[in-house]
Formats: sequence, structure tokens, C-alpha cells
Amino acid sequence: MPLLNFLQPKNDLEEGGRISAPVLSDAGEPEQNCPNCHKDIPISRLRENLLVCSCGYHFRLHARQRITMIADESSFCELFSEIHSCNPLDFPGYREKLDAAAEASRENEAVICGTATVGGQRCCVFAMESAFMMGSMGSAVGEKITSLFEYAVKQRLPVIGFTVSGGARMQEGLLSLMQMAKTSAAVKRHSDVGLLYIAVLTDPTTGGVTASFAMEADIILAEPGATVGFAGKRVIEQTTKQTLPKEFQSAEFVLEHGFLDAISPRKDQKKLLAEILKLHNGGLQ
Amino acid sequence: MNQTPYDRVKLARDSQRPTGMDYIRRIFHGFLEFHGDRRYADDPAIVGGIAWLGNTPVTVIAIEKGHTPKERVERNFGAPNPEGYRKALRLMKQAEKFGRPVICFADTSGAYCGIGAEERGQGQAIAENLTEMSTLCVPIVSILIGEGGSGGALALAVADRVWMPENAVYSVISPEGCASILWKDAAKADLAAASLKLTAEDAKRLGVIEKILPEEDLGEPSYYERIRALLSEEIVRLTHDPDLLQKRYDRFRRIGRIASDRVV
Ligand SMILES: [Zn+2]
Repeated sequence: MPLLNFLQPKNDLEEGGRISAPVLSDAGEPEQNCPNCHKDIPISRLRENLLVCSCGYHFRLHARQRITMIADESSFCELFSEIHSCNPLDFPGYREKLDAAAEASRENEAVICGTATVGGQRCCVFAMESAFMMGSMGSAVGEKITSLFEYAVKQRLPVIGFTVSGGARMQEGLLSLMQMAKTSAAVKRHSDVGLLYIAVLTDPTTGGVTASFAMEADIILAEPGATVGFAGKRVIEQTTKQTLPKEFQSAEFVLEHGFLDAISPRKDQKKLLAEILKLHNGGLQ
Repeated sequence: MNQTPYDRVKLARDSQRPTGMDYIRRIFHGFLEFHGDRRYADDPAIVGGIAWLGNTPVTVIAIEKGHTPKERVERNFGAPNPEGYRKALRLMKQAEKFGRPVICFADTSGAYCGIGAEERGQGQAIAENLTEMSTLCVPIVSILIGEGGSGGALALAVADRVWMPENAVYSVISPEGCASILWKDAAKADLAAASLKLTAEDAKRLGVIEKILPEEDLGEPSYYERIRALLSEEIVRLTHDPDLLQKRYDRFRRIGRIASDRVV
């Protein structure tokens, strides 16, 4: 993976984005400023630490980096990679947005799906991609997630999913909205045959993804500091005319209110996921 | 049909338009309202209970916006909180237990965007309705009578049949919200409304709804009589369908299905 692969242009839907352009220090090594502790950290050190600052701040990871992080070496086998968005409603500017997103993310859609082993246990995996239109859900994302859960039912496999999303993709209108119902019905079928689904909510998980498959897992984990919520903070401030506290909609806030099972720092995730799978017999019946 | 999509949005929001309670009073008889989600509170934005559709007991759930400014405030402008969706689900599960069909009327600009709503899990409440409605073992018919505001409306519309009066709208986001995010200009709401394909005709063409209800006699006795007859007929048909749940799954499964390079 190229050195600066995680430094992507900001998506225009992204508010208060977590990534800024690298700056060159005197030593010439690219550095990244941490928005939490405001220190410049050499990128090589960040990369060694799974893009987590020594202060605990979690930078965003790409979908494939997440999969590499939890899957056993060379175990990932991608599924449904041919499914990608077109412009079904001829929405103005959408085609160009898709092209720009593909270039920025080097992916053809906002979710990557497949199978892998985690700690030797076979499972289905999906990871959403924030660099592709802020992980928004249109028909292709809905179709891939639904297909993965249907595949998992056939193969009797557990599902591990990493979410990151600004919500439903408005450029596909009602078709995007319907993906919330479609994915939810597939999750329900997977659940009803006794299979395990673990979701890991990463920054940010909001809108129609929160209100569908992110909140439907048997076990819901989140990364420290991740924004998890339904409505956007700005909309809530406009609606209620109140200023929101800094911790509002943070993973810690959502845990305190009873909607998460646990918060899991990135470095512990593989071990934790493997242990949960093991506790469920590898999730197999 | 010389109204623009944005004209339709304005019609759908008109405070004189029939609300959920108007439909309940005029289509059913003997409505008994039952309150509360048994967990936190009773949400005045969602009304639910049992009523007679002709000779059939049915569970009826409606988002209520109110007509007058005072009513609108009392009903939180038809923007439900999580406890509203949880009340709706409680009543639906009870309908399942007693074999009653479920009829929903949705009319909301969206689920409420408030601090308490987030604290009490607005996203989780909607998500749970989507999963549970997908396998509820009794027929569900939903009518989007005014504004079908995104997930807040969908949480009452994972149904076997979804109908819309001709001037109702159904959208993933409000045209104003869409315009301000995409074009930083809420004044471009008319362009957004046209682009979002949010009218009843659009929804039907996209396979999202089954029926458009003509509005020339909106609010008149004949309007409600026609809907009552349509509902009675449809409920009988759905009650006798042995493949109800598979068809409900397929109904959503095929929307936005992608074959090679094309959304079908
Ligand atoms: Zn830091």
C-alpha cells in the first residue's frame, strides 16, 4: 500500500473531517497533525500504530485496511465486487461525484464485502469506505450488504461489519431509502436462523445506516471517540436552538445511553472479534 | 398535472390537508386509542389502537401532525421520538399475537432531530421497526398521506402494500435539506424536489408503492369510502396469501437490484 494512501481529499459531505493534508517537518518526513492533541506525528509512527495517535485519537482507516487489520493473512476473498452505482435517477452531478469518489478512494463503491478467517474462524466481512462519498448508502451498497447477508445464511456464517456512513445517498432518492428496509430484512433473516452478526461502528456512523444495519447487530461495538447518531449535529442545533455538548453522539455517550455493547480500541479489535466468534462456536450452528 | 414536484411538496405539507386522525375517524369505526411504549413515554406524534374496518378488527397506527398551530405544537409537528416508534412496534406485535392486520398512516417531515431523541436511540428505534416489520406475520398496509419523510416514514412503511394520495411525497431527504447540502442554497429546493423523484408517480414508477389514490375529492366522504373499500378488499387478499412474508421480502429485495452495470 502506498505510504500516503490514507491521506485522501476530503469529501464535500464531510463536516469537520478528521484528515488534513500532511505537512513536511524539518527532517523531511511527512507528518500528520492530530486534531485531538494537536501534535505533529510522523506518518511512519502512525502507521505502525494502526493510525492511532499516542493520545488515543483514531484517524480514519480505509475499508481494505480494516479488513487487513482483522482478517488472518491472505484469508480475505472479496465478493460482489462487480456491483457498483450508476445514476438511476439521472441526478444532476451524480455521475461526476461517482467518478471523483472512485478516484479518491480507488474503490468502485462505498462498501467492500467478502469472506475471511478471523483467528482461524471463517466469517463474512464487510467494511464501508469513508473516502467513497462518505460511505453513503445507495442501491449498490444496499445490494452488496443484502447479498452478503444472504450468502452468510446459505453458508451458515457469522457476519462482522465495519460501518462508516453519512447516511442514505440522496442522489439515488427513494431507491437509497428503500435500501434501509432491504438490508434490514436480510439482517433479520440471518438472525432468525441463529447466526451471529457483530457490528463495529467507526467514525462517523450516522443517518440511514445507523437507522438500519448498524444498530441491528447482536453485538454492537464502536471505536473510541467515533460519532454515532441518527441526525446530524447541525440539524439538531437548528431544530432545538441549543448548543450541543462536545461529547454528544460520541461512542462514549452512546454507550452510556445503552445503545452499544462495548467500545473497542483498534489495537484490540482483532483479538476481541476472534474471541466473540469463539464464544459463539465460530458463529456456526 | 401541471404542478411541479415542489408544488406537490407544499401541498403535502398544507395544514388543511387531512391528518392521520382524520383518516382514522372517517375510515374505521369504534377506534380505541392505546397509549405508550411501556418503556419511557407516550409520544403524541404517533397515535395507535384498535378499530373496526367493516367487520374486521384491525390495528391502526398513524403519525398525527395536527391542524391548528396549537395542535401542531402538541403533536410535535408530527415528528416522532423513539418512544413513538416503539409504541407503534408494541401495537404491531400485539396485532401479530391476536392475528389482526395492521394499517399505518405515515405523515412526517422526518423522525425528530432532538437531543432526547438521540439519547433514547432514534436510529435504533427505527432500525428495530424495519427488522421486525419485515417478518411480522400479519398483513401490513401503509398509506403515506402527506409527507413521507425518510426513515421516519419508512419505520411505518415496511409493508405488503404502500399507497400514496396523488399529492403526497416520499423522499430520502427534504428538498431544502438536499439543496443546502449539495448546492449550499436552500432556495434551489425546487430543483432538488424535481431531482429527488419524490412524487407519487415517481414512487410508483420506481416500484416503491403499488397505488396512487386520486385526490379530486380529498377529505370528502366519498374519498374515505373509496379508501375503506380498497383497504377491505386488500386486507382480505393479503390475509389469504400463504406467501405473504416471502412476497414482503421480495418487494424490498428487488428495489435497486443491480445487474451488471445497471440499476433495474
Ligand atoms: Zn493525538
